[in-house]
Amino acid sequence: MADLKVVANNIRQSIIKQISNAKSGHPGGSLSGVEIMSLLYFEVMNNDPKDPKNPDRDRFVMSKGHASPLLYATLAERGYFDKDELMTFRKINSKLQGHPDMKNVPGVDMSTGSLGQGLSTAIGMAMAARLDKKDYKVYALVGDGELQEGMIWEAVMAAGHYYVDNLVAFVDYNGLQIDGKICDVMGPEPIDKKFEAFNWNVVMVEDGHDLDELREALKKTAFGKPTAIICKTVKGKGVSFMEDQAGWHGSAPNADQTAQALKELEELGGTL
Amino acid sequence: MADMIATRAAYGNTLAELGKENENIVVLDADLSKSTNTATFGKEFPKRHFNCGIAEQNMMGIAAGFATTGKIPFASTFAMFGAGRAFEVIRNSIAYPKLNVKIALTHSGLTVGEDGATHQSVEDLSLMRSIPNMVVLCPADGVETKKMVEAAAAYNGPVYLRLGRPNLPILFDESYEFEIGKAAQLKEGSDVTIIATGIMTSTAIEAQKTLEAEGISARILNMGTIKPLDEEAVVKAAKETKAIVTAEEHSIIGGLGSAVAEVLVKKEYAPLEMVGINDTFGESGTPDELLEKYGLTAKDIVAAAKKAIARK
Repeated sequence: MADLKVVANNIRQSIIKQISNAKSGHPGGSLSGVEIMSLLYFEVMNNDPKDPKNPDRDRFVMSKGHASPLLYATLAERGYFDKDELMTFRKINSKLQGHPDMKNVPGVDMSTGSLGQGLSTAIGMAMAARLDKKDYKVYALVGDGELQEGMIWEAVMAAGHYYVDNLVAFVDYNGLQIDGKICDVMGPEPIDKKFEAFNWNVVMVEDGHDLDELREALKKTAFGKPTAIICKTVKGKGVSFMEDQAGWHGSAPNADQTAQALKELEELGGTL
Repeated sequence: MADMIATRAAYGNTLAELGKENENIVVLDADLSKSTNTATFGKEFPKRHFNCGIAEQNMMGIAAGFATTGKIPFASTFAMFGAGRAFEVIRNSIAYPKLNVKIALTHSGLTVGEDGATHQSVEDLSLMRSIPNMVVLCPADGVETKKMVEAAAAYNGPVYLRLGRPNLPILFDESYEFEIGKAAQLKEGSDVTIIATGIMTSTAIEAQKTLEAEGISARILNMGTIKPLDEEAVVKAAKETKAIVTAEEHSIIGGLGSAVAEVLVKKEYAPLEMVGINDTFGESGTPDELLEKYGLTAKDIVAAAKKAIARK
């Protein structure tokens, strides 16, 4: 398997290229989840680009659907479809809609985009595994801002109540949302205690860009409980001028910024 | 009358029957399983019945997730909280990916009765009809409910099934063949066509008798499928009877009346009178009192028929 750090760097470059080419999209929250996605698709999940509908596969739900460039870049990197197709992102007649459409994109397990809904669908998939006596797992990536949606807590309550222990939810805890800091807009903290109170197994990851720390966290799932891996991340990670800037939540880099971002990423290579 | 059953009860019974034949059927409820009658299924198949608590949005989301794995989820609560509160989850997580979820909502319309306006869903047909990929069904009695539940389970895609609280007379016999998208002509007639759905179909039959006694020949179409609408039957009625009345226990905005009006304007004009709830909220009362006060009786259909005929 490819060096994951190189994979992550390639994904970052693809994210920038997609959004720049589309002149729209969400770079900040795409870049913050790169290591989580690289690890899942290249090391952890039972998934096969040649057999994307295999009923025994592990599932992934991008609950924070605006991070579609991250999902598409990961799937293309993994070989679900040609990387050239990334240049159709957000364009008319493209498979690669602004937010993921499971009907048209191989490897997309759930259509998402409206925040707060993905986690519930992941629970349904995980509960189906139990009924069918299958041992697949379901992974979801949830935004920290997304935790402001009430439906998230309905889902968290249900997953705890039904002991859905084949579900792992990563919280991309980058601390920012469109309007600013999550704690200023509508603070969801303490996040860990909230999940714990709903009978979840909670694992904190201090650096959500550290692959080893993420690997260790994934070993700490628990019997009888869903697991929340709360990953402290940096919004815009890997591109100096995007890091920790809420302004890069949903805006595209211009030509100069794109060149600068790609230059930085090329220089970083597999060192990040 | 011995042959009375609520559509919600027929739903629960049919679901429990289907559960025996089809292991893929799972049922979700939101703390109303005794009222929606999904408890009947839950008693037989407790492992396939999931109470989601008073959290309708999450229930719809879980149903969507189940459907991605090949399960056939039936998600039930009151129409108000399903079609209303969880509308956007239904739209984005079920209908947009065209997932095979059956949204079977009970206690629709005014006949919820004493609970009053907060629980009387008179907008659900309009809401569900506006969503692409959604099939919208509304049964007139227990038999049609059974046939519709079976048809919904056999159909691959999202279906909204509109069910009610009150006991209704049985109109159809077991030989009735329901097909999604096809109206059933219950009476032939030449002066006017009454197109009715849900509880209003039996009211329409009552109205037809009154009209007949007065020398007016009314055709009755039971429109079990609100979407896709049987446009052919509407066009035929417009051509042959040249006056149309619609009758539904729903707002006149966006439901059966609107759907029929769209066809009449596009394909074959005929004067149309709509019997329905006139852009207003309901209130507490017995079902019969409410139907009387809000203009949903046989008398109202008769008056509407005469008005439509006069406009020819």
